Formats: sequence, structure tokens, C-alpha cells
Amino acid sequence: MLTIHAKLVEAMITQALNDHPVEACGIIAGLAGSNWPLRLIPMRNAAQSDNFFRFDPQQQLQVWKEMSARCEEPVVIYHSHTSSQAYPRRSDVELATEPQAHYVIIPTQHLYQAEIRSFRIADQMVIEERVRIVQHYQPELELQMVA
Amino acid sequence: MTVTVIIPTLLGSLTNKQQPIVIEGVKVSEVIERMEQLYPGIRAKLIFDGSAYRFITIHVNDNDIRLRDGLATPLQDGDIVTILPAMAGN
Repeated sequence: MLTIHAKLVEAMITQALNDHPVEACGIIAGLAGSNWPLRLIPMRNAAQSDNFFRFDPQQQLQVWKEMSARCEEPVVIYHSHTSSQAYPRRSDVELATEPQAHYVIIPTQHLYQAEIRSFRIADQMVIEERVRIVQHYQPELELQMVA
Repeated sequence: MTVTVIIPTLLGSLTNKQQPIVIEGVKVSEVIERMEQLYPGIRAKLIFDGSAYRFITIHVNDNDIRLRDGLATPLQDGDIVTILPAMAGN
């Protein structure tokens, strides 16, 4: 199950709607092994496509270095689907490389009502999981939105 | 040249979770060959037909080797080679 703060969900949906029709993408980092998404980092979609995303490699390197220095990992890896339902498509599965991450998909086509869904993807297998959106985390956990 | 290689989590099973790897090599391809000797199978995860896979990015310090000399990119003592799987999908 993915437990995630409502403000993070709102930020992902806002980014996805703003970027539409281009697919939006990003990560939410958290302390390694904690399973708490805290620090939202929108990523540039180097593909600038309505049916594909790829993190800008240079930005990815900098973000990954920063996460390593802060003992973080990508707890959530998210992207939008601009004309289909929020379910992983073939490349989403083939290119998934973080089995510990929650892969979140945000549909931006009005038919799908911007309802996010979350999946675990490992060894080419997809398992949908429940998303629990909360209004508060424990007081010691601090949210951060990176511009 | 002694360089430090940072590998993605996904390849940790091949390297007994050794991270980072300190290794010798004068160019990127040589470093990968030496890693293959230590951790058989790793080359096939990175290279196909003489180039890095499209969805694998290799940086020397902050430079993407695709924008330099690819696998022939030369290395200096103390360089950091970072291998990252692309975060991508459709």
C-alpha cells in the first residue's frame, strides 16, 4: 500500500494537468527504507511527448547524487497518461528498474477523472496496490516540494 | 587510472551489493571489461553491439559519455563513473 500526503497528490496532479498534453514525470524521495514519500521533485521529460516520458539524464544524475548524499531513494516514481487509463503500458513495465518504488500514474484525460493509481513493478510483473491519501504525517516527517 | 564506479541498485545482485566499485581503467570500455572479470554478466546488462544500451546512461563525472566519445571516453585518476538506468516509460 502507498500512504501519501494529500499535498503531494495535489502537486502531482497539478503538474500533470499543467504539462498536458505532454506526459509529466517526477519522483518523490524519502529516506531509504522508510517507505514515506516526502520530497517531491518534478523532472523534465526529455522526450516532450504525449505518449512517452524519459527523465532528462543530466537532471537525473544531479537528483540521484543529491538523494545519495541525503540517504534517500525514490519512494514514488510518477508520470501521467494523457490519453489512456492509469495503468502501466508495455514500456512502463519493460523499463521499470526500481522494485522498491511505488509507480504512480496520473491520468489527465477527463474521462479518467485524474484519479491516481499506484503499482509495484518487478521482474516484468505489475501489481496494483491501494493508495491511502492522508492529511497528516507523523510530526517529525517534513514535506518538501522542489521547484 | 583508478576510478570509482557507482552502479544502479538493480545490478547489485551481480556485484554482491558492492557499492561503489573502485577499479582501474583508462577508458570506460576497459572499466566495464574489468568489472566483467570481477562480476560476470554485468557487461551484457550494459552493452549491446558495442554501445551502451539506449536506456542506460553512463556519466564520467557530470558528463554523459554519449556526448563525448561513448565507451572510448578516456578516464583520469579519481574520475567517478555513474551508471544510471533511464527512468522512462509510455
